[in-house]
Amino acid sequence: MSIEQYDLTKNYIRPLDADKHELAIETKDLQVFYGENHAFHDGNLKFERYKITSLIGASGCGKSTYLRSLNRMNDGIGRVTGQIMYRGLDINTKKINVYEVRKHIGMVFQRPNPFSKSIRENIIFALKEDGQKNKKKLDEIVEKSLRSAALWDEVKDDLDKSALALSGGQQQRLCIARAIAMAPDILLMDEPCSALDPISTLKIEETMIELKKNYTIIIVTHNMQQASRVSDYTAFFHLGHVIEFDKTRKVFTNPKIQATDDYVSGNFG
Amino acid sequence: MMDKIKEKIQNNSRETRQELRGRILTYCAIGLILIVVISIFLFVALKGIATFTQDKASLKTFFTGTNWNPGILGSDGKPLVGALPMIAGSFGVTILAAIIATPFAIGTALYMTEIAGKKGRNVLQSVIELLVGIPSVVYGFIGLTVVVPFVRDHFGGSGYGILAGSFILFVMILPTVTSMTVDALKAVPKHYKSASLALGATQWQTIYKVLLKAAIPGILTAIIFGMARAFGEALAVQMVIGNASLLPTSLLTPASTLTSVLTMGIGNTVMGTTANNALWSLALILLLMSLIFNILVRWIVKKGRM
Amino acid sequence: MNTKLQNKIAITIIKAIAIMVVIILAFLIGRILLQGLPHISWHFLTSPSRAFTAGGGIGPQLFNSLYLLLLTLIISFPISLGAGIYLSEYAPKNGITTVIRMAIEVLSSLPSVVVGLFGFLLFVVQFKLGYSILSGAIALTFFNLPLLTRNIEESINSVSNLQREAGLALGMSKWRTVNKIILPEALPGIVTGIVLSAGRVFGEAAALIYTAGQSATNVNFSNWNPFSSTSPLNLMRPAETLAVHIWKINSEGIMPDATAVSAGASAVLIIAVLVFNLMARFLGNYLYKKMTSAETK
Repeated sequence: MSIEQYDLTKNYIRPLDADKHELAIETKDLQVFYGENHAFHDGNLKFERYKITSLIGASGCGKSTYLRSLNRMNDGIGRVTGQIMYRGLDINTKKINVYEVRKHIGMVFQRPNPFSKSIRENIIFALKEDGQKNKKKLDEIVEKSLRSAALWDEVKDDLDKSALALSGGQQQRLCIARAIAMAPDILLMDEPCSALDPISTLKIEETMIELKKNYTIIIVTHNMQQASRVSDYTAFFHLGHVIEFDKTRKVFTNPKIQATDDYVSGNFG
Repeated sequence: MMDKIKEKIQNNSRETRQELRGRILTYCAIGLILIVVISIFLFVALKGIATFTQDKASLKTFFTGTNWNPGILGSDGKPLVGALPMIAGSFGVTILAAIIATPFAIGTALYMTEIAGKKGRNVLQSVIELLVGIPSVVYGFIGLTVVVPFVRDHFGGSGYGILAGSFILFVMILPTVTSMTVDALKAVPKHYKSASLALGATQWQTIYKVLLKAAIPGILTAIIFGMARAFGEALAVQMVIGNASLLPTSLLTPASTLTSVLTMGIGNTVMGTTANNALWSLALILLLMSLIFNILVRWIVKKGRM
Repeated sequence: MNTKLQNKIAITIIKAIAIMVVIILAFLIGRILLQGLPHISWHFLTSPSRAFTAGGGIGPQLFNSLYLLLLTLIISFPISLGAGIYLSEYAPKNGITTVIRMAIEVLSSLPSVVVGLFGFLLFVVQFKLGYSILSGAIALTFFNLPLLTRNIEESINSVSNLQREAGLALGMSKWRTVNKIILPEALPGIVTGIVLSAGRVFGEAAALIYTAGQSATNVNFSNWNPFSSTSPLNLMRPAETLAVHIWKINSEGIMPDATAVSAGASAVLIIAVLVFNLMARFLGNYLYKKMTSAETK
């Protein structure tokens, strides 16, 4: 079956009522262009606060592109049009202070990318840049964020060792700790487990469920088991379009659109 | 709490100011470089043109005349600025050096990319890096003490002249041409070679008919870069060329190049005089030639892509 | 059979050429060192040169070369750093950037004598700095800028984009991200580039003849007040460097031991270049290893 056959205009986006669901972030008609390439077409999604939303879809469907637009990481790489509503503000405008946006919308990347500094320094580096000078406070944050990322017990005696000495899974959890040390509102995760072994993946998933209490998480994943295990909502992306968005259970057991059905049952992707 | 964040993302912060400062600093740095390049062209061009505008020398004499004596007026009342001997000298040493260097560079590059093992490649890589590093005055000194006597004994004449200059320049441009040729050969897709070898061609046939052919634009670029370097080289050439502003009649008679006359002359003339202005005209030619070599390289690269 | 023979001959020729290139270098280095080393002594390295009699040294010239090198690096490094950061981080992909890149390329291929003459015209004559260390350092800066800029840009570009994104995603400004995260990672490449460029600058003469001048004035090595005219640190004094000295005594030198002095000076220059080369490799590798090692700092 060719994946181009689906009618891309047919979609089902579950409406999230602002009265019933507290929204963390919302996009309206978000489109992304890389030069001539129209990489992403229609982003009309709402994300509920303190929930995990998975973005799934085949490679090149635009899910990472969409995710990176949310904290303006596509600035200078592509052109993003449309609105990103956050706290009642459209943050996709020139007037917005992107640095502050990124402090409140943190991001974890596909490949672990710790700085080649010590574990402690990895966590407090950006905080110091942000003006936090209080040594005691910084130490507290190091412990708290490493605990949140379920890494504290493994590294508490080696805080001054280079982060590069950690295993891939530990490095990724360090990156999560680094992101939450900034006390963000929303955490964006771009396939955080794709480079990791199953045990590390499981640990990160546990971490995410724990983090959900305080953070809104949006995660791009290739791993459908992962999406069904951890997320409350799932959005299915296809060829630069959002095809379906619903509660995770519904997307996986009773998809409304044929393309979603085929994808989640493993017919392509 | 809610409002604080909202306020923050709408206002400037420490980061916005850092970014502005960073931008200003880097813009200044790049601007400074641009100003330098523009002023070099502007100043040298203004001084170089003065020979023709102020001192009324004729362009035709400049490019075709053979009598270089800018302080003196000729029978037509115009200064004697026949620069042909220097122009010919510069082109002479440049072309001859390129002719000698090309087979050596291609041979060495082929050895490095096709024949040598890792060890041989590393040795030659170091050799090339060291050759680049030798200062031009040291080449000049070697030229004086080794090449000039060698030419005198084996070719005749005083030893000073275009041949000696070419020998020195050959060694000086060899590393540039070689390393760029290596890059060109490396850029040829691997499957070209394997396809040719699979068809039963010998290694040499593959090198000659496939590899070199595919790398021609790159090799040409390498040669032109080498020529640009040779054309602009001053001291090493000046030390062995003999410094006689006569039209060279053979490779063995003393001659001069644009650069050699410049290095000798600027200190011995007074700013603003015709003799001095004429030297700046030579500098202008050097500048323009450097530009032409650049354009030529760009053109070849563009053509090679098509 | 015929093609096989042809193949064999061709390969042999290629090998012979490669061997000849090695021999040329070995001959050059060997000749310079053999001829020059016997003349090198503590006295030669430290005593002043003599114009008309034998027995002169290269002390002031050696000092001038090193001092000029230091000044040149001090002036050209920050500018190249800024320009390199601009090109790798801030330059938009448009026509202006193309023109800027072209200008830098043109500057790097300008004959050094032209750069020197421009320095002479603008700084020595126009700004009335005279033949001085300062004029020389500025001319050498022009000569050094394009290469150092390109080296810094390449070193920055070779750092993984993941590091850049890590910094930006934490809300750091691009400027701080580059300075605090990318540059430390790019350090091995940058240091290698600086040391290699130092080798080039150290041996450069054409750009200096008419900027730093061709005379080594008597300096008093016990006077370190940079404003005193006899101090070696004085920026406004003319300063013949080692490379210029070699050129000068070979073109117009009248001391009886000109060849011996040039041989000795050439050997010193070559040794300096070798040292710079080795240092570049060693430092680059050392820094690289230090940074990628997982050990405690």
